Amino acid sequence: MTTWQNNRAARDVRIAAGAGLARGKVVEARDATRLLEAVIRPGDRVCLEGDNQKQADLLSQALLAVDLSRVNDLHMVQSGVVLPEHLDLFDRGVAKRLDYAYSGPQSARIARMLFGGKIELGAVHTYLELFARYFIDLTPQVALIAAVSADREGNLYTGPNTEDTPTVVEATAFKDGIVIAQVNEIAETVPRVDIPSDRVHFIVKSDKPFFVEPLFTRDPAAITEGQILTAMLAIKGIYAPYGVQRLNHGIGFSTAAIELLLPTYGERLGLKGKIATHFALNPHPALIPAIESGWVRQIHSFGSEVGMDEYIRARSDVYFTGPDGSLRSNRAFCQTAGLYACDMFIGSTLQIDLQGNSSTVTTSRIAGFGGAPNMGADARGRRHPSEPWLKAGAEAAPDGAALLRRGRKLVVQIGETFGDKNVPLFVEKLDAIELAEKLNLELAPIMIYGDDVTHIVTEEGVANLLLCRTAREREQAIRGVAGYTDVGRRRDHGMVARLRERGVIRRPEDLGINPLDADRSLLAARSIKDLVRWSGGLYAPPSKFRNW
Amino acid sequence: MEDLRFQHRVRTRAGGTRQSAIVGVVASGNLEVLVERVLPDAECALDIKTAAIGFGEVWTAVVGDFVERYSPGGLRFSINDGGARPDTVSLRLAQAVRLIAENGQ
Repeated sequence: MTTWQNNRAARDVRIAAGAGLARGKVVEARDATRLLEAVIRPGDRVCLEGDNQKQADLLSQALLAVDLSRVNDLHMVQSGVVLPEHLDLFDRGVAKRLDYAYSGPQSARIARMLFGGKIELGAVHTYLELFARYFIDLTPQVALIAAVSADREGNLYTGPNTEDTPTVVEATAFKDGIVIAQVNEIAETVPRVDIPSDRVHFIVKSDKPFFVEPLFTRDPAAITEGQILTAMLAIKGIYAPYGVQRLNHGIGFSTAAIELLLPTYGERLGLKGKIATHFALNPHPALIPAIESGWVRQIHSFGSEVGMDEYIRARSDVYFTGPDGSLRSNRAFCQTAGLYACDMFIGSTLQIDLQGNSSTVTTSRIAGFGGAPNMGADARGRRHPSEPWLKAGAEAAPDGAALLRRGRKLVVQIGETFGDKNVPLFVEKLDAIELAEKLNLELAPIMIYGDDVTHIVTEEGVANLLLCRTAREREQAIRGVAGYTDVGRRRDHGMVARLRERGVIRRPEDLGINPLDADRSLLAARSIKDLVRWSGGLYAPPSKFRNW
Repeated sequence: MEDLRFQHRVRTRAGGTRQSAIVGVVASGNLEVLVERVLPDAECALDIKTAAIGFGEVWTAVVGDFVERYSPGGLRFSINDGGARPDTVSLRLAQAVRLIAENGQ
């Protein structure tokens, strides 16, 4: 006779094996490794919660210490490879295969291990893509997650960094998987229920709070005049003419400069209320002056940011907060919001080629993608109109019938022509392609495909790729804002001049931008301390950003 | 140190009445530009002292584009360069020509 509940039965056997180590659902931290040995089987798909920020560090260490004869060859399916332990698992043989999305802090080591054959790579995903696969072909058998607190029943409070947790738990718990949570404390009642207890099988109390990575703090003191000029070009050359109200910002200094120019330069241009009102965005401290000046109406966040908790609590008109008052973030929903409900993505990258393809992968660093590819992609399923979306669509296909013409998401790559250590932003061939050749990948790790990019902004000007009609025009438009990089110097000067006459390329002087305004005095805040002051003392920056 | 000198014939005289202006600072990765209205209207000159040796070709390109875009007739630029990137040089030159074009002494 066919049986149809094998997986449920297998899950119950695993829970029973773990239950011997638990009182109710609670397992002592010292027994965490034994718990994992009891419930995990060789070859399991395991999601070890490595988010962008919040890290299940105790469970990572516990997993690393397992008896290899009982647990081995795991298939890790996690969005962030962030902690050293995440890679130690592969060095030790606990894990073998990896599907992931982001590996910022481990980018150099993950590259070495991929070349060394220590990791069998499935794919480098975008966040939504990996989350989607959790429900189709990468469903975890075991999820190891992190929360701030739990009650005895197992109801979890994630705190402001909810991030990936609801998605991971949904995919695991409802498909006969096991959910194990590390928590900072066990309380009588939790401040709010982010994860209901019937989806949580075991709780481990950690001796110290889980690790949170501050990723979104950019010190205004490090913003250069070149970045200020580039930010002015973006505001006057893109935000203003398209009337971009709903958007996502990347995490670089160029977009931090834009955030800090809204209350000064943006105000002077009369743009308040007309641009930058609704964001899919982490709580960037650099946005505080714009919020305090009444520019920003609403922000939904992927995760939180260290030091922003009290400020967010006090500004619940702007942020999404729970009944307890603290931020409720959600990466999957915010990525979806950025993809479908934002009219613009603007962010930086490390390399752009002559077709406009961009990547943050270099031959020695594989940082993964994070959210940029979902934010920075045209949503083919979008059906609601908006002014910027329709205008961009009309620029791309001026002869199409208006009622049948798709709009276009504005996908803007912003940066200085020479980046850190004078490395050129523009290249003839992406390192990502060389890497794919060396590793025999079927796809090069491209962060944003050229056919999704609509504008490139550098200190030399704005290139509007929507207005390019041929591949050659596109190449010259890119060369035409590539400054004195080799790519820029090999431009066809005649063609670039003609593109400028057509408004495909616009220089600062074409937009009436005074170069004398490219001065740090134009920034609404010039230091972290200024941000604290703007926040009325509510923003509490982590110590590494304090110099007072 | 390397000394470079560029002289160009230009279409028009730089605007404004100010006789001199100074922008920027001498620092690593930065530069100071002193601009003076001391030449005939159809000429301009740039005297560069740079800490970075061997970048004459890039300077030629940066200066050529600058003269083409701003036509700074009558101006002499004296530049103390601390190894600034070409985009920073372009910005400072644009700032200098804008500052001297403002009215004032």
